[in-house]
Amino acid sequence: MAYDKFNVLKSSAVPLPIENVDTDQIIPARFLKATERKGFGDNLFRDWRYNSDNTPKEQFVLNNPIYSGKILVGGKNFGSGSSREHAAWAVYDYGFRCVVSSFFADIFRGNCLNIGVLPVQVSPELLDEIFKAIEADPNTQLEVNLPKQTITILASGKFETFGINDYKKDNLLNGFDDIDYLLNLEDQIKTFAANTPL
Amino acid sequence: MGNTLFDKVWDAHVVKKIKNGPDVFFIDRHLVHEVTSPVAFLGLKNRNIPVLYPERTFATADHNTPTINQHLPVKDVLSANQLKALEKNAAEHGIPYWGLGHEKNGIVHVIGPENGITLPGATIVCGDSHTSTHGAFGAIAFGIGTSEVEMVLATQCIMQPKPKSMRININGSLSFGVTPKDVALYIISKLTTSGATGYFVEYAGEVFRNMSMEGRMTVCNLSIEMGARGGMIAPDEKTFEYVKGREFAPKGAAWDKAMDYWKTLYSEENATFDKELHFDASDIEPMITYGTNPGMGTGISNGIPKAESLEGGVATYKKSLAYMDFNEGEEMQGKPIDFVFLGSCTNGRIEDFRAFASIVKGRKKAANVTAWLVPGSHRVEDAIKAEGILDILHEAGFELREPGCSACLAMNDDKIPAGKYAVSTSNRNFEGRQGPGARTLLASPLVAAAAAVTGKVTDPRTLLQETVNA
Repeated sequence: MAYDKFNVLKSSAVPLPIENVDTDQIIPARFLKATERKGFGDNLFRDWRYNSDNTPKEQFVLNNPIYSGKILVGGKNFGSGSSREHAAWAVYDYGFRCVVSSFFADIFRGNCLNIGVLPVQVSPELLDEIFKAIEADPNTQLEVNLPKQTITILASGKFETFGINDYKKDNLLNGFDDIDYLLNLEDQIKTFAANTPL
Repeated sequence: MGNTLFDKVWDAHVVKKIKNGPDVFFIDRHLVHEVTSPVAFLGLKNRNIPVLYPERTFATADHNTPTINQHLPVKDVLSANQLKALEKNAAEHGIPYWGLGHEKNGIVHVIGPENGITLPGATIVCGDSHTSTHGAFGAIAFGIGTSEVEMVLATQCIMQPKPKSMRININGSLSFGVTPKDVALYIISKLTTSGATGYFVEYAGEVFRNMSMEGRMTVCNLSIEMGARGGMIAPDEKTFEYVKGREFAPKGAAWDKAMDYWKTLYSEENATFDKELHFDASDIEPMITYGTNPGMGTGISNGIPKAESLEGGVATYKKSLAYMDFNEGEEMQGKPIDFVFLGSCTNGRIEDFRAFASIVKGRKKAANVTAWLVPGSHRVEDAIKAEGILDILHEAGFELREPGCSACLAMNDDKIPAGKYAVSTSNRNFEGRQGPGARTLLASPLVAAAAAVTGKVTDPRTLLQETVNA
């Protein structure tokens, strides 16, 4: 599925300083029953965000109007657990285009990259600084520059570079997806398949 | 430097290497279920392209399915709709579909091995993180997202960077009452829930060599719970014996050819790993989790560790205990429980039911416990009946449900109510995993059985010993 190109993103950020945020928290399994990819943002962090009677939990960050932006900043080991791409869809559909953490679970990171959400892994020190900066000023602006592979706290100028492989970077910059690439290799794949032992 | 088992299987499946990018990685067998596939099929429709190799693709219904009255229409409208979508998509693309009521229906990771879909040296994916289960056969098997499901349907390939390698060695013999589930929970408690992220694990040593195929499946199943994409065990005579004669396994000359390949599947003696760990089998006792991730496990006689004994993550630890309504340092044994769940792709096979029955035989279900015993497939259900296990269960006051993922993930009707404690043989104890507000204690089928008959967390070794002495 095509997605928006990603280049330079300047935005305030929503802080979620919790470790091991698993995909069952990002979107509980009972909300995975759709047969189309829409509406998942409504149930992002459902059980942290709403009481059982569907009233908002006021203390949860997504219900606090002073925090907003296209960047979600999470604690270490973000996205562990299930392979459900719905978790990445929920993040995207809610309006985030970038998730920052000091460590990501593998499948979640891959899922994000496949749908146009940029996972940015920073050092624990910078993560801590970002949380502190947002705590001091909820409107703290971050700049995520994909061509340069940098993330900067604009007020202090503090920045780090982040890793991403050239192939995925190119895809995100251009809004390409993997299927177009793979479909172009079809003949090569068929030859390969004919010679596999199983 | 010699190749690892993982290198051998990986390298044999690389169609193309991309510089500073992922490998174009060929998938031998693709398992499909109702939850993570509909959007992928929709993608094919929008592009107007077919499934490239329907004969390498197998579909079943498991996550959404009720585990009672499966002969009746599915009541939940959204679930019914998702099941219908898979049936329709499978028919449209010529994919075998084993839906509700089909004799081969069951949990995707149970029916793969049962039907010989799972093979040594194969690459196997599914839109489900517990696809790592199939690594028990020396396959490279891992979970993928829906975009990748679409890639595999369309091209039988995904774009995947090669993970780093880790070998976990456990030598010695397991003590009385210690099961494969305990081995896995022990490893995860040592590595934490993210300790193997970025790695693909090989399990080696006497403990795994001596383990049954079903035990190996339980261990590999839980690889993802320490962050590893997958785990694998070198195939041996036990593996070949298990696979031989199963419906989708090679036959005749194809079998001989496959065996020639399979016998090369081991890590060379001089192979090196990016990380190598050693544990001693005698240090492992029956395990139980006390927190809200699978790394928060402890030996059943040890109790809940104190915050200062853990490395970092004190805030997470305190949040977890608050959710569980436990206190640091408390004993786990004796804690009252409300539910017992035996089943899932982790522990829903016949050996798990045999283990459960070995404890409940001659005893009675505790009055305060609701027990859900859910076979992983119809084949498992048939074996439970054929071996007389069903009679033992009935005599002890238990009922057997119909196959499915059931209470593992709170997606179907089997949900643990808020605030209740469940001893579960499944794979995740995340907040709300088994139902909003539910509290999960992960454990082996033996620990689950001991809880089911005593109504509290109980060391199964005590009960096993009583049975032996009786």
